[in-house]
Amino acid sequence: MNLPIEFQLRRRTLLIGTAASAAALRFAQTAQAQTPVSKPAGAEKSAVTMTVNGETKTLELDHRTTLLDALREHLKLTGTKKGCDHGQCGACTVSVNGTRVNSCLSLAVMHEGDEVTTIEGLGTPDNLDPMQQAFVDHDGFQCGYCTPGQICSAKAVIDEIRAGVPSHVTSDLTSPIEMSGPEIRERMSGNICRCGAYSNIVEAITEVAGEQV
Amino acid sequence: MEFNKPADQNLFDRSKVVGKPHTRIDGPLKVSGQAPYAYERHDVVDGQLVGYPVGSTIAKGRITSMNTEAAKKAPGVKAVVTTLDIEPLGIWDYNAARLFGGDKVEHYHQAIAVVVAETFEQARAAAALIETSYDVEQAKFDLKSEFERLQGTGEPDTVGNFDEAFAAAPVTLDEVYTTPSESHAMMEPHASIVDWSDGGDMKLWTSNQMIEWGRQALAKIFSIDPDRISLESPYIGGGFGAKLWVCSDAVLAAVGSRAAGRPVKLAMPRPFVANNTTHRSATIQRIKIGAAEDGKITAISHEAASHTLLGGSGENAIAQTPYFYAGDNRYIIHHPVEMNLPEANAMRAPGETAGLMALEIAMDEMAEKLDMDPVEFRIANDTQIKPGNPMKPFSDRHFVECLRRGADAFGWADRNKTPGGQRDGNWLIGHGMAGAYRGAPTMKSGARVRLKDGSLTVETDMTDIGTGSYTILAQTAAETMGLPLEAVDVQLGKSSYPVSSGSGGQWGAASSTAGVYAACVALRQQIAERLGLEDPRFEGGNVVDGDMETALVDIAQGEELVAEDTMEFGDFKKNMVHATFGAHFVEVGVHAGTGETRVRRMLAACDAGRILNPITARSQVIGGMTMGTGGALSEELALDQGRGFFANHDLAGYEVAVHADIPHQEVIFLDTLDVSATPLKAKGVGELGLCGVAAAIANAAYNATGVRVRDYPVTLDKMIDKLPAI
Ligand code: FES
Ligand code: FES
Repeated sequence: MNLPIEFQLRRRTLLIGTAASAAALRFAQTAQAQTPVSKPAGAEKSAVTMTVNGETKTLELDHRTTLLDALREHLKLTGTKKGCDHGQCGACTVSVNGTRVNSCLSLAVMHEGDEVTTIEGLGTPDNLDPMQQAFVDHDGFQCGYCTPGQICSAKAVIDEIRAGVPSHVTSDLTSPIEMSGPEIRERMSGNICRCGAYSNIVEAITEVAGEQV
Repeated sequence: MEFNKPADQNLFDRSKVVGKPHTRIDGPLKVSGQAPYAYERHDVVDGQLVGYPVGSTIAKGRITSMNTEAAKKAPGVKAVVTTLDIEPLGIWDYNAARLFGGDKVEHYHQAIAVVVAETFEQARAAAALIETSYDVEQAKFDLKSEFERLQGTGEPDTVGNFDEAFAAAPVTLDEVYTTPSESHAMMEPHASIVDWSDGGDMKLWTSNQMIEWGRQALAKIFSIDPDRISLESPYIGGGFGAKLWVCSDAVLAAVGSRAAGRPVKLAMPRPFVANNTTHRSATIQRIKIGAAEDGKITAISHEAASHTLLGGSGENAIAQTPYFYAGDNRYIIHHPVEMNLPEANAMRAPGETAGLMALEIAMDEMAEKLDMDPVEFRIANDTQIKPGNPMKPFSDRHFVECLRRGADAFGWADRNKTPGGQRDGNWLIGHGMAGAYRGAPTMKSGARVRLKDGSLTVETDMTDIGTGSYTILAQTAAETMGLPLEAVDVQLGKSSYPVSSGSGGQWGAASSTAGVYAACVALRQQIAERLGLEDPRFEGGNVVDGDMETALVDIAQGEELVAEDTMEFGDFKKNMVHATFGAHFVEVGVHAGTGETRVRRMLAACDAGRILNPITARSQVIGGMTMGTGGALSEELALDQGRGFFANHDLAGYEVAVHADIPHQEVIFLDTLDVSATPLKAKGVGELGLCGVAAAIANAAYNATGVRVRDYPVTLDKMIDKLPAI
């Protein structure tokens, strides 16, 4: 079973390049794409028009393109991050019509007419949104990769608590929901920060929520 | 500049900027989404194509064939390169896994093909069309049976006679502990844009902690001259050791770029990261401790095993044991076990993380056997030298002070000492503590500084992986040049800049600030010579000599002054042990009915030399405490022992700590100065926070319930049948 199998030299074509090296790297020539074997029925692309950070955008998109990739790849709004592409990390959180969503779990063509707000729509380095400023002040991040998602979620969390939307830790459904640490933590738990800035993030959110009362 | 003797009193002892709490200078860019990470560099090169990887679905064997016909014909596809198309690529010195090339499979999700297409969607769809046949070889993945076979073999590191001392000790402990494999799980998956279109110079925009290592590694992997390779990595979405290395994202993008004749960008799909890249190996650790009635350790044995690919080193769980606690008789050995699992390599505080998870439970158990307070037991076994070697003192060790200050601040004395003896409604309340230890190495580090019109630019290939490098390097330069922080701009992570220490092993902050200091000193000399001054002071934006003051802004009149130097660390450092120390204190609640453990309070007291910036340093420590909470309670790469792969290879299955798991965290920094560490008297702190914290949580869970769990993570299934009656 564990017999050594002689490594066989295979069909290779040395790619002639300008590399003045004894290149150990040799490729088989790649066939250029020809007629596709199979084509999906119907159109592969559609036009979609949405408002992004206040500007109307019309894009011609592959139906498989997520809202996240429409933002990052087509509109070059790379502030929204891709951490997992599977709805598991929250890095891609943006606001759609006032509600936070994981933009990686949503196909762009579903957003005809929608209003999308990304981190770029909140503030700029010279003119930060209060939540962005609070993250800087409380060091609510380290590598910064989860940060746009955390900030978009954080703003939504304050609104959700004020609107009386209950969470897993809400014990009393009849009185107004308290803007408490446990409520904020519970609602922010879809936004992973592997750098572990949670303690500081909660302080940033608490400060902003307090100022806005 | 060489740091060849302990630092005297110097400008950092009168500092105005270094050591002060400054928020991150890169903060506004990060919170507004303007900091560009590797995959986002639309601007750096035109015509970028997208690559998508294909991974092996076996752990060991040979690939017999790969059918790429359909993939090549799929819409948008520009190139398909399989591992059968090229000879095995080189393996860099510090790695064990071959990243691409050849028919041999050594671990699951080893990269075996890359598809390059016009769009991500096209590349992903085409990648799924590749069909691969294998000749599967059987392999073993059972670390436990390997450990049983290896116990007592090999060449241990010994002091005195462990067996005799252990046999004679009145109080002894002999237990086995396990830690699971862990994934770095940084939020930004490995990603690279590579332009190697013409086979000439190779340009990378990537996410890498160690720019120069990256250049050398790529040179070896592709057998090309390192001078033909350039890397840029100004922002890195977390690394924790996973991005110390060139990984398959860069290699596949390079291969794809070469094949397609255009730049290619490739981000690892999240489910690919855990099995394709590196991880922290699982460990099995048998610890024996013997002590006299007074609590003095007389004998300590630590024997551990971890898995590794051929040529790797696994997780060296014994790393701290030769140093941390006193004891005249010692037996210490680590057995790396070869296995066809993904490459086990450095993850944040490699060695000590897993080692202290075990050792610090053992210390808790010993304290209980001795009927001693666990804090006092550790104090009784403090040492100022490497045990068994009086010629090797610690450079600066304040572990006892960490224990005392931490205990006071936490209110340790008021805790309930009887396991299972405190309740709050449905929750059993427990308190636990642990010691923290992590080495404090320094590495040669260079920088260049440019002064123009009173503004200073620092250039170094140092990286900021969330550690705060931008900010502390600006602080160091501002302090040394007597400039306000706002007058300093820091440029990082380019291979065209002077080679730095890079970010890893907790050496980055201490080493790279020393490098920037060296460059600034060179600039000061240049300015002094220009002005014909002997030894002027630099303060308030001026060069001051007696009554004479010249503003830095006036010195070169529009001309740019440039200076460059590298800090090297002299051999005198080898005569002592440089390390950082800490003590963790934790309160948990364990649900009396379900056995679920929740952390309620956390506090760490840390001794890490001069704290360069208390804001960013604190964030490093709480980040470690958070990672350690995951390590204690939920993180485990679940190994499929039949097929040899980590089954929970995404962020849903691999459970890191989330907001709801983490309470407010407190950090106390001892104001220590290690004069033989660096001119700034600083040591690293980026890994210390992780060391020991998981054991503090496990010990607290024991105190809450009376159930001792020695197999991480401490999950409810390991406790529920032993919990006190409700
Ligand atoms: S990228 Fe959307 S949740 Fe992770
Ligand atoms: S700041 Fe790095 S993941 Fe949150």
